[in-house]
Amino acid sequence: MNSALFFDISAGAYIAGMVFYVIYLAFRNKTTGMVATSVTIFGFFSQSTAFLIRWVNSYYYWTASNPLSGFIESLLRAAPLRNLYESLVFFVWSLILIHLIIEFMYKNRSLGAFVTPLAALALLFINVSGTSQEIQPLIPALQSNWLLFHVLLSFLGYAAFGVSFGAAVAYLAMVTESRREKPYIFWSIIVGIFLIVLIAMSIDFLSITVAQRKEFIQNYFLKATLRSSSGGIVATSWVVSIAFIFIVWRFGLGIKKILTSLSITPGMLDEITYKSIAIGFPLFTIGGLIMGAIWANSAWGKYWTWDPKETWSLITWFVYALYIHARFVAGWRGKKVAILAVVGFVAVIFTYLGVNLVLSGLHAYGSA
Amino acid sequence: MEEKAKKDMFDKVWSFFASVRLAIFILITLALTSIIGTIVEQQAEPAKNIALLAKFFGDSTAPTVYNIFVKFGFMDMYHSWWFVGLLVLFSINLIICTLERFPKTLRLVRSPLKPLRENAIKSLPIKKEITIKTNLKKAKDETLNSLSASKYRVFESNEENSVQLYSQKGSYTRFGLYIVHISIILIFIGAIIGLQFGFKGFLNIPEGNSYSFAILNTGPLTKAERFEKGRILDTFEVFKSDITLVANRLGLPVDVLHAKMEKYGIRPLGFSIKCNWYNTEYYSGTDTPQEFQSELVIIENGREVIKKVIEVNHPLTYKGITFYQSSYGMVPNAVGVFVLKTTDKNGVEDTLRLRRGESFIIPGSTLKGTITNFSTALARDKQTGALTTYSETMVNPAVAIEFDSPDMEKFTGWILKRYPETGILPGGSKITFEDYWGVEYTGLQVAKDPGVVLIYIASVMMTIGLYAAFFMSHKKIWIRLTPETSGKAHSVRVSVGGSASKNRLAFEREIERIVSRVSHALEGKHPSKK
Repeated sequence: MNSALFFDISAGAYIAGMVFYVIYLAFRNKTTGMVATSVTIFGFFSQSTAFLIRWVNSYYYWTASNPLSGFIESLLRAAPLRNLYESLVFFVWSLILIHLIIEFMYKNRSLGAFVTPLAALALLFINVSGTSQEIQPLIPALQSNWLLFHVLLSFLGYAAFGVSFGAAVAYLAMVTESRREKPYIFWSIIVGIFLIVLIAMSIDFLSITVAQRKEFIQNYFLKATLRSSSGGIVATSWVVSIAFIFIVWRFGLGIKKILTSLSITPGMLDEITYKSIAIGFPLFTIGGLIMGAIWANSAWGKYWTWDPKETWSLITWFVYALYIHARFVAGWRGKKVAILAVVGFVAVIFTYLGVNLVLSGLHAYGSA
Repeated sequence: MEEKAKKDMFDKVWSFFASVRLAIFILITLALTSIIGTIVEQQAEPAKNIALLAKFFGDSTAPTVYNIFVKFGFMDMYHSWWFVGLLVLFSINLIICTLERFPKTLRLVRSPLKPLRENAIKSLPIKKEITIKTNLKKAKDETLNSLSASKYRVFESNEENSVQLYSQKGSYTRFGLYIVHISIILIFIGAIIGLQFGFKGFLNIPEGNSYSFAILNTGPLTKAERFEKGRILDTFEVFKSDITLVANRLGLPVDVLHAKMEKYGIRPLGFSIKCNWYNTEYYSGTDTPQEFQSELVIIENGREVIKKVIEVNHPLTYKGITFYQSSYGMVPNAVGVFVLKTTDKNGVEDTLRLRRGESFIIPGSTLKGTITNFSTALARDKQTGALTTYSETMVNPAVAIEFDSPDMEKFTGWILKRYPETGILPGGSKITFEDYWGVEYTGLQVAKDPGVVLIYIASVMMTIGLYAAFFMSHKKIWIRLTPETSGKAHSVRVSVGGSASKNRLAFEREIERIVSRVSHALEGKHPSKK
């Protein structure tokens, strides 16, 4: 059986879910909200099926070239978390999982409008970046029992941070009063940039051909717009982007009214932010940093080399450690800590993708 | 007077280091400065970074900027005085903050739980009240049952006519954050132990060779120094680990030799390590490596102690020194031995070890084979159809054998290691190309790190500490049972109050369960909400 069909269905469902969540946010129609949730749950089950099918397929793929490998070992080696494509897919899955849990815990679906765009962003990135979707042979460095746990926990952590990001942005949108306020400018620019990347990647998606998608990651990312070969298009894209950020800044105050009318309180958003971080931080520390270091030591004899990926994950850790201490020990509240939560997720994105796109290091496998 | 001034000074320093503001400052500074080292390539050739800087500052100013960066230690910033200083400051801050707060936590954990008055129970963050038709004794027994089923050790206090049961659980989870903090300090100590008493080196061993030292990275050496280093290494090859003999042969006092070895990064192992063979295994039919393997042998006092095939993720450790498979390559100008396996038409096998130009008779036939050529990676050019070698490493090794027989014309065939069917000969016998041995070297990472044990202990501690600090909570519960009489009916009012250091929702559900278990046992139904 092929997992691609189920995955495509789930991707479609998530994007539809995002549209419905946003419509729900704008028009506060209960049926639309129900549809948004149902579509997202449907997508989630479809993706879970895809994940399991891929795992089974990889299991047979692995045992075909490693006939002596035992059942548990093969299962660990076959876990579909082995390259950039599979990790992005798993990130989306975790993000939706955590989002659905929060939606049911808080009985409020408005956060969906802030979290599902992150999933859409990741899905588009998968398509546009041209990451290979084939099941690939596992290179020797990745043939370790640590792979599954390291990646699994890191990405659950990333997803929790993703949710905290969505909640923190919504929080900032709710508590800022004037366009001149620095936190307001901060969140409107961040949201503007995210939306621009989302739109620019959609344009990439529409403009590149199937054949091109098989090529290397850096080649097509934002190539249709901001990184185009034509100077005119680049200039136009930048102007449009800046104008777009300006529009978000100009009309961003409206979001506050919408959120208030949906019986969301800043207190609730603040709580979701710090609870997600309280889940994400230990998962990321244990899975990302500790297990990564132990694995590195058993593979290369060095548990820490200040390689860019390691350093960026440490930077991410510093930011969230800062959040926790600022909030619980120094007594920072409100906008200041919400900004930290946003900065933390920007560091996550850079750790995860930026390092592979811009810098290089031991984790270079992620770029193929 | 002076004493007092000293004490004031101490208090000031203490409170400076104990402050959370310092912690916040350090975390921000560490996060921001760490970025530099991910952009500027660390410990790289100057030309590389000058080229990078030229993109930002222009060609003419780039070298100046580079020199300024070098002064600030940006080219090796994670080892620079100021970054290490920041880490030291971070550790001091962490230790002092921990010491400052620990006694308070200890008191909190140690102080016994006390019964509360009715009003105090009602003002707790979590509260619940039900009335059950039963007598006090039964109500008490069932409450005790229910609490101990939830693993609470219960205390009891009798008041005028009511009974109070109270308990707490998970008070030690308040130590979680201290365990995390201590584990960070342990990681630093482990790192220092590793730097002080360990080493990280490398060793490239050609197949069939053995060495008794590891090479550490050193600063750049002059030509004369490189020559001397080579001479010392060669002498080591002859005398193995025996430093006295090596020193004698080189005509140097032992301590001078030691100093030179330190300078050139020559670290004696105390035993020899031999590489029997190196092999890259490829996924069948592809150039994608499946496994990098070397067979290593530890030789001590002329005796073979351990023999092991190592792979990436599966190193070999002997006497605290670990050998990791990290690279491989071809030994320049090496002449190797072809290892061929012959199978005659009756299935009888034989292994041959031959050099280029040597001949052999295929068993059970009159066919004579002569090794005439070798390719590390044989391929047929798609356009011209000519045979080419597409890689300098042994990706797809092939050997050319010229066959000669009285009944046939001479012919030459290529036998590929990857495709055994290329070795099937007319007449039913077969030649398999096993290896071209002695031309590859295995690249080993050699590390001794006595600090790693501590790092592992710290990792386990940190995991436990984080779990306790973030996923568990200190829960307190008070249950007051008051008998009530209205007419003939006896009933007991159960007032419950509780508090949790975190995750109140989960504790609310737990209290709900405890109470419903009591009412279920006594009334056989779910509690009536009041």
